[in-house]
Amino acid sequence: MILFRRSWQGLVALALCFAALPFLPLLDPAAPAPFSTVTTALVLLLLAGCALLSLAALPQRLLAGILFFGVHLAAWLLLSGISGNEGMASASFFLLIAASWLLAWRCAGALSDIRSRSPLENSFMRLLIPGIFGLWILLLWETATRGAGIPFILLPPPSAIGVRIAGSLSILWADVEQTIFKAVVFGYVVGCISGLVTAILADRIAFLRRGLMPIGNLMSALPIVGVAPIMVMWFGFDWQSKAAVVIIMTFFPMLVNTVAGLSASGAMERDLMRSYASSDWQTLLKLRLPAAMPFIFNALKINSTLALIGAIVAEFFGTPIVGMGFRISTEIGRMNVDMVWAEIAVAALAGSVFYGVVALAERLTTFWHPSNR
Amino acid sequence: MNENSVPVVSARKLGLTFETNDGPVHALSNVDLEVKRGDFVSFIGPSGCGKTTFLRVIADLERATAGEITVNGMTPEDARKSRSYGYVFQAPALYPWRTIEKNIALPLEIMGHSKAERQARIARTLDLVNLSGFGKKYPWQLSGGMQQRASIARALAFDADLLLMDEPFGALDEIVRDHLNEQLLKLWARTQKTICFVTHSIPEAVYLSTRIVVMSPRPGRVTDIIESTLPRERPLDIRETPEFLAIAHRVREGLRAGHSYEE
Repeated sequence: MILFRRSWQGLVALALCFAALPFLPLLDPAAPAPFSTVTTALVLLLLAGCALLSLAALPQRLLAGILFFGVHLAAWLLLSGISGNEGMASASFFLLIAASWLLAWRCAGALSDIRSRSPLENSFMRLLIPGIFGLWILLLWETATRGAGIPFILLPPPSAIGVRIAGSLSILWADVEQTIFKAVVFGYVVGCISGLVTAILADRIAFLRRGLMPIGNLMSALPIVGVAPIMVMWFGFDWQSKAAVVIIMTFFPMLVNTVAGLSASGAMERDLMRSYASSDWQTLLKLRLPAAMPFIFNALKINSTLALIGAIVAEFFGTPIVGMGFRISTEIGRMNVDMVWAEIAVAALAGSVFYGVVALAERLTTFWHPSNR
Repeated sequence: MNENSVPVVSARKLGLTFETNDGPVHALSNVDLEVKRGDFVSFIGPSGCGKTTFLRVIADLERATAGEITVNGMTPEDARKSRSYGYVFQAPALYPWRTIEKNIALPLEIMGHSKAERQARIARTLDLVNLSGFGKKYPWQLSGGMQQRASIARALAFDADLLLMDEPFGALDEIVRDHLNEQLLKLWARTQKTICFVTHSIPEAVYLSTRIVVMSPRPGRVTDIIESTLPRERPLDIRETPEFLAIAHRVREGLRAGHSYEE
C-alpha cells in the first residue's frame, strides 16, 4: 500500500510554514489590531496540516475537499486579519499566504485529476478549476496591495474595485448602454454585414476585386486614434461617431476573411455544381457561402473584440457625459482609479460574453467543420 | 429516326490540347467513339491517357479543341444545361454541412423540384444504393464506401439517362470495391441507364462493361475497343471463367500495345 504521494507543493508549503515561525508575529508590532495567538496558531496548524495531508495517499476527492476548505479558511483568516492594519504585514504573513497558494494549486491539481462519469460533475469541475484559479489571482492581488500597502493610485485592491462596482451599478449600466448597446452593436452589425456584402460583390465584379481590395487594405492600416477625432467631427459627439469608428475597424477583417472563404470550396465541389448547370447565385448560396462560414466566423470573433476596443478608444475624443471610454478618461483625471478598474472589469466581462456568444453561434452553425466535430 | 438510334455520346476526331508553360500537352487526339443507349462503357488506361479528360469533355467540364462531339445529339454544353447526365467523381464530394438526404436533395433543389417530389426521389435513390435509414446521417459519420454510394445516389436522383463515373471506387479497398461493383451492375440493370466508367483496374473494367475502351498516353488516344461477350447477368465468380480471362488478356494486350508499360 502506498502511504505517500509525491507533491512538491505540499513539501514546499510545509517548508514555508516552518520558515514563517522565526518571523512571527504576522503583523508589525505597531499594528493597531494584531492577530490573536489563537488565530495565528489556527492558521499555522491548518496550513501545516493541509501540507501534511497533501503528502498522504488519500483518495483524490477527499484530498481535494479537505484542501479546498482548509486552505481557503486559512487564507480567509489571514486576509480578514489585515483589515485595519494595511501595509503592516510581516514576512511571515507573506510566507503563509505563499504556502496557502501552493496548497490551493495542489487542490486544483487533485481536482483536475478526477475522472468522473457523471456529466454534471464534469461540467461543475470545468467551472470550479478556473474558478479557483481566478479566485487566487484576486487573493494574491488583494494580499499584495493591502498587506504591503501599495498606494491606492497605483493599484487598488480588488475588494475596493468590487465595492465601487456594487456602488455604481447605475452609472456602469448607463455606460454599457451608451457604448456597447448603441455604438458597438450598431457598428459591429453594420461593419460586418457591409464587409460581407462587399466581399460577395468583389467576388462577382472583377473591377471591384482589383480596385477595392488594395483600398480595403489601406483602410485596415488607418490608425484608430487618428480616425476617431475626424469621425467625431463628422458625426457628432453622440454614439454615431463611435459606431462609425467601429464600422471602419470591423469592415476589413470581414472583407478579407470572406474573400478568402469564398475560394475555400474545392474544385471538385465546384465541378459538381457546374454539372448540375447551377447558376452563379445558386453556387454561391449552396456551396461557396456555407464553405466560407468558418472564415466568416473567424472574422466575427476577431471583430467582437476589435469593436469594443474601437468604441472605447473613440470616446476619448469627445462624447456626451456617458460611456465607458468617457468614464475611463475622466475618472483617471480625477484619480478615481477604482472607477477606472471597475470600467475595465465591466469591459472585460462584456467582451468575454460577446465573444462567447459568437463562439457558441459558430459551434451551432459550423458543427460540420473538422475542428468542431 | 427513332430515339434509340441516336448515340448517347458520339465523338469524331476529337482532340484536346492544354496550353501549358512547358508547351502544348496533347491530352486527347483523334478519338472516335460511339456510346449507344444502355451501354456500359469502361475507359481503361494508364494515368495520363486522357480517360478522365474524355469524360470531362462529355460532361462539358473541359472543352475539346479539335473534332466534334455530341451528347444526346446536342453539344456537351447544351447537354449539361439540359441536365442530361449525372457525374460521380473520384471522391464522394458530399457537402459536410448537409445530411445524406440533403446532399441528394442538392441537385433537386437546384433544378427546382417540389418538396414532395424531392422526398420521394430521395427515398427511392437511397433504396437503390442500399442506404435507406442513413438519410439523416452526416457524410463524415459514414464509411468511405457508404459515402461513395451516397454520391452515386445523388447522381441518380434527377433521373439523367447518362451516368458518368470517374474512378468512383478507386479509393476503396478491394472487398468493398467488389461489393460495390456487384451493386452497380444490379443498379444498371434496374435503371437501364447508359454508363461511362473510368477505371485503371482491368478486372473491374471487364466485369462491369459491355464495351471496354483501351487508351494510351502521349497523346491520349484509343488503341482498342473490345465488345464484351459476357452475358448481362454477371455473378462475381464469372471472373474465374475462361471467357472472362480471355477478355482480360485482350485488354492487357491492348494496354501493352499502347506502350503504356514503358518508363
